Amino acid sequence: MVKVFIYPTNSFILADLVTRAGHEPLVIMNQVREKVTSLSVDSPPLNITPEDPNLGLKYAAIEVPAGVRGRMSLMGPMVEEAEAGIIVEDTPADFGCSGCNRTNELVKYLARTNLDRSNVLEIRYPTNEDQMHDFVYTILEFLETLPTGSETKKGGDKK
Amino acid sequence: MSKAKPLKMANAGEEKLCLDSEPPKNFEGGPETKPTKSKQAKPEAKVKIALVSCGTEYGGVQPAFEEAAAKVNAEFIYPEIDIKSLDTIGKDFGIEAASGDLRLMMARAQAVVRGETIADGVFVTTCFRCAEAAIVRNEVRRYIHQKSNIPVISYSFTEQTDAVTLYTRFEALTTIAKRRHLLAREVQHGITAGIDSGSTTTKAVIMKDNKIIGIGWGPTNEVLDSAEKALVQALEMAKIDRSEIQAMGTTGYGRYLVGEHYNADLIQEEITTNSKGAVYLADVQKGPATVIDIGGMDNKAISVEDGIPGMFTMGGICAGASGRFFETVAKRLNVDITELGDLAMKGLQENVKMNSYCIVFGTQSLVNSLAKGALPKDVAAAACRSVVEQIYQQQLQEVDVKEPVILVGGSSLIKGVPRELSNLLNVKVIVPENSHLIGAVGAALLASGFVEE
Repeated sequence: MVKVFIYPTNSFILADLVTRAGHEPLVIMNQVREKVTSLSVDSPPLNITPEDPNLGLKYAAIEVPAGVRGRMSLMGPMVEEAEAGIIVEDTPADFGCSGCNRTNELVKYLARTNLDRSNVLEIRYPTNEDQMHDFVYTILEFLETLPTGSETKKGGDKK
Repeated sequence: MSKAKPLKMANAGEEKLCLDSEPPKNFEGGPETKPTKSKQAKPEAKVKIALVSCGTEYGGVQPAFEEAAAKVNAEFIYPEIDIKSLDTIGKDFGIEAASGDLRLMMARAQAVVRGETIADGVFVTTCFRCAEAAIVRNEVRRYIHQKSNIPVISYSFTEQTDAVTLYTRFEALTTIAKRRHLLAREVQHGITAGIDSGSTTTKAVIMKDNKIIGIGWGPTNEVLDSAEKALVQALEMAKIDRSEIQAMGTTGYGRYLVGEHYNADLIQEEITTNSKGAVYLADVQKGPATVIDIGGMDNKAISVEDGIPGMFTMGGICAGASGRFFETVAKRLNVDITELGDLAMKGLQENVKMNSYCIVFGTQSLVNSLAKGALPKDVAAAACRSVVEQIYQQQLQEVDVKEPVILVGGSSLIKGVPRELSNLLNVKVIVPENSHLIGAVGAALLASGFVEE
């Protein structure tokens, strides 16, 4: 089983495909669940406090807006934990959306640089039924080819 | 003539004649003890503020927003939209923003304007330093203002934004949304007092039958002591006893402390009182107007229609665009602050390059210019230009500037300031008589609504 970063990070369809293929999808919902079930913090709705944008400084400089750094405090660790990734481009809003395009750019960049590029699938969102079938088959084929967790290399290890 | 109400200090448990919302606990300048009971029997319904944002919940500021809203008896609502509309709203609204939450902002604004969501006011807010968000925020705010009568304010936040920063803005927004009757007053009745406990100076006025009969002002040191001195001055000039005052209003940073002390009838934030005082003194209570208020510690730009604020912005982060900068300049030029304006009128700002974006850099420019042999009069003129340029860049981009432009606040008394503002905007700038007293006058005017007939 491989930990797969998905983009959009809140896409139920992608998460479902990854799960069906026997891998673990890394989704933002899990990150949020961790935050909101924390008993020590009371900062509804997501329990993101002013400290979280500070944690986001690991991924973006201080001049980057607080909303981007707050989002990165959730998404950055997901990329770090991931062994593979699926990035779907040109998605409609109801497929999944992180809300902020600056965050999108940064998190995709992190995925591309942090992971072995052979373990990252980049694919466009389908616009018709034929493309839709191809879309699903391509993702499933990609997931089948993924190595086990112990064999997966991070981008920095790539030879 | 109604019976005068003797002024006295409020005691614990005593009824407080105040239409305003409860002062915030731990609010700077506010009372430390629990406020006394309001005279209103029924609790007011909460003011519904539509939160139109790029995702404040990710910026770590949502609790601060909620706290500030709760303190003015308001609650946020989130206009519901069809998620599919996010794919088309860019072309529909006109800005094809790449960020989903910015498209959400446009869709939510549309829902409010179309009446699909009923809101008393709208708060448009996005991350500070985001160019895409700044474009959308500005256009969304303008769209709501032009297409509806719903009051709207905008703000760019950082993770450091706290409830105190937002409180005055929310207080003004809820006043405009829910207490328009208060703002409709155009004529002062009876004998009323207004005290403006500002950051730098404290002003007091006594008004009688729509005329100012007493004025007092002095530096703000110890808040209550400064207010008392200003009030005594005003009473002496008016030649009346304080027991003759029928109603009192307080405003400014120290409004709660002073208001509680005198058991004031009205405790009101300065955006409302200052805009009301400005249009009253300039005699433009009907139609559009733009009020620019350069105070001792902050500045405000308020777009007014029939004396009621529509859009407003409030700057207070940098002292480079406030009276503090003029104090620094006057001190360095070794002139009294009251002489700085006359000196500036003799100079040419073009001769000195100065940027007061930050008071430290501004002072640095000042020192460098003098070291290079610049004339004090040119430096004084450049300081005036620098301040109005910053207000233009920081504040006037956020409101629709409509004539007449009324310049008020203590800094309006520095003659070079209206001149440079007029040159910059290419419009005639009105500085009404007693332009530094707008807050106190506005408070006295609005407080006359409490004079019993």
